[in-house]
Amino acid sequence: MTNEPVIPEFGEASRCVAENRFFCADWVRDNWAGVLQPALVEHVKLTAIAVAAGFAIAFVAALVAHRFRLVEGPFAAFSAIVYTIPSIALFQLLVPVTGLSVLTVEIALVGYTLLILFRNVLEGLRSTPPEVLEAARGMGCTRRQTLWSVELPLALPAIVAGLRVATVSTIALATIAAFVIPEGLGRPIFVALRDYFKTEIVAAGLLAIALALVADALLVLAQRALTPWAHARRTA
Amino acid sequence: MIAGIGTFGDAFSFIVERRELLLEKTVEHLVLSGAALGVALVLAVPLGVWLGHRHRGSFIAINAANVGRALPSLAVIAIGLSVFGFGFTNVLVALVVLAVPPILTNAYVAVDEVEPDAVEAARGMGMTGGQVLRRVELPLALPLLFAGIRTASVYVVASATIAAIAGGGGLGEILFNQASYRTEGLVGAAIVVSLLAFTADAALGGLQRALTPRGLRRKVPAFEPDVVTRTGR
Amino acid sequence: MRAPRQAVEIVFDHATKRYPGREVPAVDDLSLTIAPGEVCCLVGPSGGGKTTAMKLVNRLVELSSGEVRVDGRSVRSLDQTELRRGIGYVIQQVGLFPHMTVAENVATVPKLLGWSRAAIDERVDELLDLVDLPARDYRARYASQLSGGERQRVGLARALAADPPVMLMDEPFGALDPITRARLQRELLRIQGELRKTIIFVTHDIDEAILVGDRIAILREGGVLVQYDAPDALLARPADEFVARFVGADRGLKRLSLVRLADVPLDPPNGAVTPVAPDGTTLRDALSLMLSEGSQQLLVVDGDERPRGVLTLERLTELLS
Repeated sequence: MTNEPVIPEFGEASRCVAENRFFCADWVRDNWAGVLQPALVEHVKLTAIAVAAGFAIAFVAALVAHRFRLVEGPFAAFSAIVYTIPSIALFQLLVPVTGLSVLTVEIALVGYTLLILFRNVLEGLRSTPPEVLEAARGMGCTRRQTLWSVELPLALPAIVAGLRVATVSTIALATIAAFVIPEGLGRPIFVALRDYFKTEIVAAGLLAIALALVADALLVLAQRALTPWAHARRTA
Repeated sequence: MIAGIGTFGDAFSFIVERRELLLEKTVEHLVLSGAALGVALVLAVPLGVWLGHRHRGSFIAINAANVGRALPSLAVIAIGLSVFGFGFTNVLVALVVLAVPPILTNAYVAVDEVEPDAVEAARGMGMTGGQVLRRVELPLALPLLFAGIRTASVYVVASATIAAIAGGGGLGEILFNQASYRTEGLVGAAIVVSLLAFTADAALGGLQRALTPRGLRRKVPAFEPDVVTRTGR
Repeated sequence: MRAPRQAVEIVFDHATKRYPGREVPAVDDLSLTIAPGEVCCLVGPSGGGKTTAMKLVNRLVELSSGEVRVDGRSVRSLDQTELRRGIGYVIQQVGLFPHMTVAENVATVPKLLGWSRAAIDERVDELLDLVDLPARDYRARYASQLSGGERQRVGLARALAADPPVMLMDEPFGALDPITRARLQRELLRIQGELRKTIIFVTHDIDEAILVGDRIAILREGGVLVQYDAPDALLARPADEFVARFVGADRGLKRLSLVRLADVPLDPPNGAVTPVAPDGTTLRDALSLMLSEGSQQLLVVDGDERPRGVLTLERLTELLS
């Protein structure tokens, strides 16, 4: 009878892992496809849905508030309240109602984006220079034409700024989603916490951070592409 | 779902019955949050104010908040745990890392964006750099600076909840402990920590209003996300 | 360039605008007729209701009572949006759309009216050339890349884009430096010479009004019309103390600047040694020249330096009365 090694069958675990060092590149390589990548993909999905839904709601709310001032107060207050509740607490408050499901997670994540997106869209709309509005009106643009052709394009910088913050924050928050459902980059972290396995924690954590920074950079590029007039240089 | 709503009733019972436990945990929570915030203030405010006064280091100061926001509190605490192990001090470090960025960025922008005319007039009157900072820039920067501290405070209170996984104590210990406290306990603790967050925000809001020089006292918003969102940088 | 549309008449018929809570109306029973193709300058002190009166025409301000008719039709009977698309509107701060290029700005109303792509492009080039901004260079620029004068020219082109028969201009050159302002005033006169639109031009600067206007309407506080006359008549015979003060104590000299040496009868040359002036010089500058040279007369020459005649100080004084 041979002495079976204590380490798993799929080859020798490196010394690095066995000693539970801070970060073992070989473990990351080996487990990328199996653990990290799926978690990453799930994470992106969770974030994308949350930001898209949050933006849709906040955008409509801001358009309404732009037209009817009274709406602003209540919606801002509501989204601010949700924003202040610590994420774990919010999950716990939702679980009895919507269960341990993706829905619970998404409701919470969407809720956190509302304040920022609502504020920024509304302020963006309000920042149109008054003489531009007067010229548009005087030329015979209808209210709707002014909104879509003038106010919204000029609000883009503020809107994208809001999207940046919302996206980055959501990516960070989605790690906690693993507390409710086994999805996203939070899952490897929670799992690894139980065994106190450093590399997995660090790898998943760094991945989440990297994802957020990449998303932020992409949005900055998108903003540049969408607002050519803001970067025009005087050639004369 | 109906059964779920009933849980809230149980949760309130839990809060009443186990109020001593909750109080103890709340105090732990506050101590942890307060300590983290204190350290963060000592580190970030002088640095941010000084950079803003000299109008230097804008790239770092402004992107600090961006990067800070990208740090999942869970990941930071978990990594901190990996580095330092369990316990109060280690969790403290993680929380400080999370609290510094918004304070730093707001402090920088607050001082950097003080009306240049006012600063120039002050210099022209013969004030030294330090006097300009103390008498003109800081009072004018206070509202925005405080908004950043407010944001950071609420953020720290929220993150301290997660700190429980790393042995930091606080209300998170109840929230993560389904086995001992059951659903109603979790919900109860959730309600308490939410109230704690609101109170902290409201208290700081009041303090912000009180500290704002009268001339600048336009409406202080009830809740204000940090400045980077406003400037969009 | 296509033949410009026929100009139309604008009539204010006891037009009144009252704001709630204010005793004095902003525009008080204003009645005047602006002939087709004429530039009517509304002049007066700040708060005199001149801008409000102008805005009654495109309904940016709604009438309290009375009527305003454009081409015989009451503005109230027309759809607001359609009315505005048929009126060129130019304001002091221009209001160029910052997110659109110059070409897109100018194309705004034609696009609203549904012109074809080709027609719009052609029109944009035409207009940019008209306001002296070569289309090739300026089409793709953004407002932030233009100087103040260039911006207002684009504003003018934009207002002219759909060839409206009526133009409303609210202190359009007020935000510009004096040199640019003078240049654009001349540009406007040139363009008006070609296009002959009916224009309402609001200004608080009487000198600008005299230069630009075919007729000038002086409004005092409370939007009351005090005098409505051609520039020379206004200067020669101010209706009352208010107008006299408004046009300035130097109105005699101002009148002189309305006439050029080429337009006055001259005495035959008499061989005396005198200062020389080209026939395009205004009488005012001619007088100034005579005074500074200490001479009682002036030799007038044409564009080829050939003598045309002599103007004496005596003759000039006669012309004034």
